[in-house]
Amino acid sequence: MFRNVAELVELAESQGKKISEVMIEAEMEVSQRSRDAIMQDMYANLDVMEKAVRRGLTEDIRSHSGLTGGDAKKLQTYMETKTFLSGPTLLNAVSMSVAVNEVNAAMGTIVATPTAGACGIVPGTLFAVSDKLQPTREEMVNYLFTAGAIGYCIANNAFISGAAGGCQAEVGSATAMAAAAIVEMAGGTPEESAQAVAIALKNMLGLVCDPVAGLVEVPCVKRNAMGAAIATVAADMAMAGIKSVIPTDEVIEAMYRIGCAMPTTLKETAQGGLAATQTGRMIEAKVFGVRMEK
Amino acid sequence: MKYKSVFDIIGPIMVGPSSSHTAGAARIGRVARKLFGRMPLRAEIVFYGSFAKTYQGHGSDVATVAGILDFDTSDLRLKNSLVIAEKAGMEVELSTSEVLTEHPNTARIKLSDDERQIEIVGVSIGGGKIEVLEVNGFSFQLGFDTPTLLVLHEDRFGMIAAVAKVLTQHNINVGLMEVSRHTRGSRALMAIETDSTISQEVLEEIRQIPHIFDVSLLALN
Repeated sequence: MFRNVAELVELAESQGKKISEVMIEAEMEVSQRSRDAIMQDMYANLDVMEKAVRRGLTEDIRSHSGLTGGDAKKLQTYMETKTFLSGPTLLNAVSMSVAVNEVNAAMGTIVATPTAGACGIVPGTLFAVSDKLQPTREEMVNYLFTAGAIGYCIANNAFISGAAGGCQAEVGSATAMAAAAIVEMAGGTPEESAQAVAIALKNMLGLVCDPVAGLVEVPCVKRNAMGAAIATVAADMAMAGIKSVIPTDEVIEAMYRIGCAMPTTLKETAQGGLAATQTGRMIEAKVFGVRMEK
Repeated sequence: MKYKSVFDIIGPIMVGPSSSHTAGAARIGRVARKLFGRMPLRAEIVFYGSFAKTYQGHGSDVATVAGILDFDTSDLRLKNSLVIAEKAGMEVELSTSEVLTEHPNTARIKLSDDERQIEIVGVSIGGGKIEVLEVNGFSFQLGFDTPTLLVLHEDRFGMIAAVAKVLTQHNINVGLMEVSRHTRGSRALMAIETDSTISQEVLEEIRQIPHIFDVSLLALN
């Protein structure tokens, strides 16, 4: 088993395998289960993700608080009717990531990737990039194994939850996971995947977890959107041959140290950041009818 | 390595909105339920830290009760668990505490009926993964990812060997083992993570060992 991204890349490159294949084989070893059983479980995850993307893009999703919903559809309408600037794959990735996270906020069914608060980025980028690259279903499942391999490294060397390390640990991890997986699906090398992880995660460092009224909605949904955008661009940068000056595992370590130094008010307690703004407090009082003073 | 499987990262399939506060809370509730062994009449839940601050918006209360009802993280009935519990005759008492705990997402759950009672402390460490730090006052660090055997026994020599002997005879490999006791010579609790699941026959064989009071087996996956 690999302990960090460097070991993962070394294993993949020395054996001429993709990161997804290294992850599948490691999972077989750890769980003592067959390849077929492991693949089936991941196909089940893929199905749930696909349903969530479709639901978010087609249904009128609204969260219980009324704070979020409908933005994924808005972006699709915009893409159909207006001249947009950034590009269809990028905007699809953003829209699909928002779709999944809106379904999550409305207590719909999703797959935690790596968490529920960041559940849009990996599936959103997966289905957007798939529109462009037309992968097989198996290649789509491999995307999830590659994302999982990176998440495994981050979770065991730093953290993946907002409460433990801020949003950099949550949306940041998901962004890094997606970046690596996009690279592999697009035909990049394991080393390029690792570079994409570093480039993506660097741009999430210091990101605080400050959910308004303590809900997984504001700013979570829009951070999923930007996570998808960063992941896609980071993958392109890595495949262009751009390298991170700071090695990937050191970026992960930096994320860990920053998270440890972060005050608890900025780690999913709804006591700081956007949650503590005047509007944030007003929303909190409106949703729960209490707790104006903190 | 806290996270062992790729499905700890890509998964679980769950009802939103929070893997720590919804899925994790449901799993802590479900561990309590499985240890209790049947539907309890009363459930007392105490939330600490971030659980206490934000449980309403995350549905941690409904999720924990859903777990106590033995629902999975993806069960759509999760949202209506409080109503379902009431109809089933389960009394739920929820409170929050300002007491500082080691982990921000901590829950204490006490389940009881007229015959028995169980109390656990669970923490939700992220991504839907949980750890149980206390079972009936015994300290542990259990994830319940793999089949875990819990053996309540008298604290005396030879107990570990006696249990291990039964496992050996049935070719069951031990992955991890923790032993905790209140005081010397009192009661002790053995937690054994095994690589393969354990049949009812083997559980019964362990139950027959002298000085063993209770044996239970549980796994979340």
